[in-house]
Amino acid sequence: MKLMEIKELLDAEVLIGEDTLNTEIYSAFACDLMSDVLAFVEDKSLLLTGLTNLQTIRTAEMMDIDAIVFVRGKIPNQEILTLAKENNMCILSTKHILYQSCGILYNKGLRGANIMHK
Amino acid sequence: MGTVNLAFHVAKEDFSKAGEASSSIKKTLKKLGIDSKIIRKVAIVTYEAEMNIVIHSHGGKITVDIDTEKIKIQAIDQGPGIADTNKAMEIGFSTATQKVRELGFGAGMGLPNIKRNSDKFAISSEIDKYTKIESSIYLTK
Ligand SMILES: Nc1ncnc2c1ncn2[C@@H]1O[C@H](COP(=O)(O)OP(=O)(O)O)[C@@H](O)[C@H]1O
Ligand SMILES: [Mg+2]
Repeated sequence: MKLMEIKELLDAEVLIGEDTLNTEIYSAFACDLMSDVLAFVEDKSLLLTGLTNLQTIRTAEMMDIDAIVFVRGKIPNQEILTLAKENNMCILSTKHILYQSCGILYNKGLRGANIMHK
Repeated sequence: MGTVNLAFHVAKEDFSKAGEASSSIKKTLKKLGIDSKIIRKVAIVTYEAEMNIVIHSHGGKITVDIDTEKIKIQAIDQGPGIADTNKAMEIGFSTATQKVRELGFGAGMGLPNIKRNSDKFAISSEIDKYTKIESSIYLTK
């Protein structure tokens, strides 16, 4: 699923990365716990989260995640967006809650990320 | 490739800079052409270790030594130290505050995740003196 389609399905605003909307996304992971992202995510997936701080961007950078959807209408501050831009990320913001956002994308065939089995 | 040695200071409680050291390390490894799977392991180890220094310590440093066989990461801080390192290694054990939890950390998964991504791992600590994490990730496997 292309980022463009994700943006449209979630009725999302593009905060950073208009030029990346053609990128294909193969899987998604949703959570508000960055330690979970660091512990579980194996793929280069889409991250859906309600947590808008620098650590979200840093965590994504560490895990080669280059697209993030902030849910519940959250908009991170400029410092955070600047860091995201430096890392060539795509940042979307949707008014939907996390559950709804995941449901919409899953329903359209975007599967969950592969996770590390311990 | 010869040996490459990197060193970074990590300040306590500076959440706006937390992750900068790990970011630099990751960029350097990319430039060196290291395999992306290895880079990911190093990134997880350095980032969780860096966050621990920021969150739990009085400040410290992270060094990375790369030779032809392995990447050796050391995170050393100036205390307060860990009373029971076995306990600290347990999944879910955390003394983090609510503020830290709001940043998406403090679930007690950092140290176990560092260990899991390391081929060789050691933790040592002395109360009021230091905590030291040593992690080696082999390049040839
Ligand atoms: N550098 C450190 N200095 C002092 N205590 C530490 C340090 N690193 C970890 N700890 C202790 O070990 C616990 C577990 O660490 P960790 O597994 O990374 O989980 P978390 O950081 O989420 O609490 C911490 O809550 C803290 O009590
Ligand atoms: Mg930690």
